[in-house]
Amino acid sequence: MSDESVFGMSVSALQTMLRERSVSSVELTQVFLKRIAAVNESLNAVVTVCADQALEQAQEADATISRGEHQSLTGIPILHKDIFCTQGVRTTCGSKMLEDFVPAYDATVVTKMKAEGAIMLGKCNMDEFAMGSSNETSYFGTVKNPWNLDCVPGGSSGGSAAAVSAGMAPLVTGTDTGGSIRQPASLCGLTGLKPTYGRVSRLGIIAFASSLDQAGPMAHTAEDCAIALSAMSGIDPGDSTSADIPVPDFHSALDTQIDGLRIGLPREFFNESLDDAVRERVMAALAELEKAGAVLVDIDLPHSHYAIATYYVIAPAEASANLARYDGVRFGYRCEAPTDLEDLYLRSRSEGFGEEVQRRILVGTYALSAGFYDAYFNKAQQVRRVITEDFHRAFEQVDVIAGPSAPGVAFPFGAKQVDPVAMYMEDIYTLAVNLAGLPGLSAPAGLIDGMPVGIQLIGKPFDEQTILNAAHRLQTETDFHMARPTLQGLAS
Amino acid sequence: MSWEIVMGLEVHLQLATQSKIFSGSATQFGAAPNQQADAVDLGMPGMLPVLNEEAVRYAVKFGLGIGAKIGKRSVFDRKNYFYPDLPKGYQVSQFFSPIVCEGVFDVPLEDGSLYPIRITRAHLEEDAGKSVHDIFSHETGIDLNRAGTPLLEIVTEPDFRSAEQAVAYLKALHSLVTYLGISDGNMAEGSMRCDINISLREKGSDELGTRTEIKNVNSFRFVERAIHCEYERQADILDAGGRITQETRLYDAEQNTTRSMRSKEVANDYRYFPEPDLLPIVIDDSYIESVRQSLPELPAAKRARFIAEYDLTEYDTNLLVPNHAVADYFEAVAKSSGAPKLAANWILGDLSAALNRSELSIDANPISAERLAGLVSRISDGTLSSKLAKQVFEALWNEEGDTDEIIAARGLKQVSDSGALEAMVDEVIANNPDQVAQYIAADDAKRKKLSGFFVGQIMKASKGQANPQMLNELLLKKLEDQS
Repeated sequence: MSDESVFGMSVSALQTMLRERSVSSVELTQVFLKRIAAVNESLNAVVTVCADQALEQAQEADATISRGEHQSLTGIPILHKDIFCTQGVRTTCGSKMLEDFVPAYDATVVTKMKAEGAIMLGKCNMDEFAMGSSNETSYFGTVKNPWNLDCVPGGSSGGSAAAVSAGMAPLVTGTDTGGSIRQPASLCGLTGLKPTYGRVSRLGIIAFASSLDQAGPMAHTAEDCAIALSAMSGIDPGDSTSADIPVPDFHSALDTQIDGLRIGLPREFFNESLDDAVRERVMAALAELEKAGAVLVDIDLPHSHYAIATYYVIAPAEASANLARYDGVRFGYRCEAPTDLEDLYLRSRSEGFGEEVQRRILVGTYALSAGFYDAYFNKAQQVRRVITEDFHRAFEQVDVIAGPSAPGVAFPFGAKQVDPVAMYMEDIYTLAVNLAGLPGLSAPAGLIDGMPVGIQLIGKPFDEQTILNAAHRLQTETDFHMARPTLQGLAS
Repeated sequence: MSWEIVMGLEVHLQLATQSKIFSGSATQFGAAPNQQADAVDLGMPGMLPVLNEEAVRYAVKFGLGIGAKIGKRSVFDRKNYFYPDLPKGYQVSQFFSPIVCEGVFDVPLEDGSLYPIRITRAHLEEDAGKSVHDIFSHETGIDLNRAGTPLLEIVTEPDFRSAEQAVAYLKALHSLVTYLGISDGNMAEGSMRCDINISLREKGSDELGTRTEIKNVNSFRFVERAIHCEYERQADILDAGGRITQETRLYDAEQNTTRSMRSKEVANDYRYFPEPDLLPIVIDDSYIESVRQSLPELPAAKRARFIAEYDLTEYDTNLLVPNHAVADYFEAVAKSSGAPKLAANWILGDLSAALNRSELSIDANPISAERLAGLVSRISDGTLSSKLAKQVFEALWNEEGDTDEIIAARGLKQVSDSGALEAMVDEVIANNPDQVAQYIAADDAKRKKLSGFFVGQIMKASKGQANPQMLNELLLKKLEDQS
């Protein structure tokens, strides 16, 4: 086994090797740790590496395997987005505010994946407090897109996406509040799944917008996402919004039979403002599904153009409260020598939060203020219901809704940083899915000028299985998901 | 000018749940600082609230207890403000849809009448922590033991017109919540904190004046005093042609004044919005019914029953009922002795005086209901005179045994044997010829006075054990015979 050969391997392939004992978890862990050491300096995808802890866990995994036992992820090295609290391991959320924050607890997702035998190699860079679509807002520096080091990896789970793409781990976790799993998956050539709101516990995930946040897996294949999703999901008594709905074994239930599957194409997604090259790639992927028996149906989501405005009221409003706890009193960054309480608050928060985070706190505070609540927050809540109803009506006709994941391929650093609204447009196809609480995934749909682009598949509530099936079928028919960056100019 | 005072009250009631409203931490009073605060209470990143169902049950109990409408779908909201002892930077409360909606609470006044107070709402919320200024010099400590303790905030309409009504309401509320078992009502420990909204208006006017809010008054007595001094303050301003500033004030018990709490007149904008981390509380009729079934007899029903069943006065009833333990004690004594009126007199008289003297609560009462019933029985069957009964009571208080044991040990039995009494009367008459002669010579009015002398002599001779009624009859007859 050469190191190079495992970098691009899927979780399911590595599982087979581990269970056949053609490779040990310790070996895998060492290989991926070496890979991180080799490429991370250039990519900046990983902010914390836990080598010793990972090797210890790998030894335990090998012992488990040698007893002929295994859980779904036993021995598989993974990385967590640095938004998941990890007991004893620094959790920064991409912010100066939490530069030295070491939680005393694991997020439920971390606990569950540990219990399934996953090996945690470390923590991934991300936009500060998950606010961004390019990973340029991280206090720990930008992450480079492995496909083109001059371009962004997408965000906010940009570090996670770049890490899988560059072979630092076969599987990572991300969170998606408005597209933060799907858009970077699209820009880095991965399969990324945002589950139904409530499918995965939010306990221990540092909150951005509580009614929208949802954690999910990012990997090379839909099959890998299916394996990881079962491991992450389930009701959690510690999260009142987690759903009491049985979690299927998504992996063993994968079904490539999609004959008669009705796929809805919203006219509002495929209108004249859609980039031609993106349209061409998405339609090519859909043509493959059509060939496999799926039926393409034009549908309407008449209020989808309100999604950005709605999202950028609700998400900042919730964030303005969620981020109030970072006040310099109990944990996190505290300014030097505060003169009084107000000074402590003002300087700790002004110095500890970056520009985009402060912008959203201000927007959210404004939207909730007396005299503006009805016009902004309340109205946005109403529109949110209307957008959700659009989806429910559409799902009376179709099983899956398809569209682009992002308006284009990865863009150069700085290209959209000066104009926040241009950056917000990055999530134009993904935001509505969060507002409606639906599951959505992005799967590779080929390259445009050598850069990856994704197709988005949206499912009915708690029907992740159907979109995983469709993506899996796509990946049995095509090799879009097999494309890997060459990482030219990187030492390996 | 003659001013009418108009007041509404907000009471923060600490619910007596074992754990906090959104975390598993204990709620006991008096623990060392921050020993009862977990990651949720500290507002640590990623932590989420989980609603304590017992707090919901308590709130519903309260709603049913005052006959209010229960919110079938109540929602938690975030109330946003920065303060060092507010860990999350927001307080989880209920703003738009409270769990208890409007109701009317009949408050018994001292004269026995009922005064209806309209309850606007009652909602669930979490308490904040405490800033501690006296531990570290030049630094403020934060104690988060109290953070997350469940509170029920009970808000009334501006229905109060006097301090006496306000205090009567608070006492009745205290009584209700302790009957319901939803709070210990301990004001000194902050289990019941009162904010008073006060405004004045010309007598006869329908309009409300500008109000001030006096925060966190923590005893019945202070409530009364705070109202009086705020009334004086506002009346002085208005009499001088001034205007009241709407503001929050603090009652200073030592100075007996109220003073402005916030120096700057900044209106707080709490930016309430629905708490996305919690689901709405949905309550159906069967749940409400099951809570209703679990309610104990409440003070209002008990007052009515005591009057009907034991023929007590409203006055006595109003004294016996507020404290659940006192009411139970009375009822046990009344039933066991068969003499409810006498039982009430002894409990409200000698017993409560003794408890007060020793600063004991009814729970620490050394005389069991059974023993007091024994005393009451011996009084009502004539064994003990009231004078002897007081001696026995002292002995009961000192736990010297039950009533019959004390009577036997001290030989305190009342002498009701007419033969023995006759002998005593004869002896006293024979030994005091001068007084007998005076008696015979006196008119009716004077005779009454003089007969006291003979009674005293006989009581002395009998060590107080002579049955006074029989003695009187015998004595008068004998003296009559002399004349």
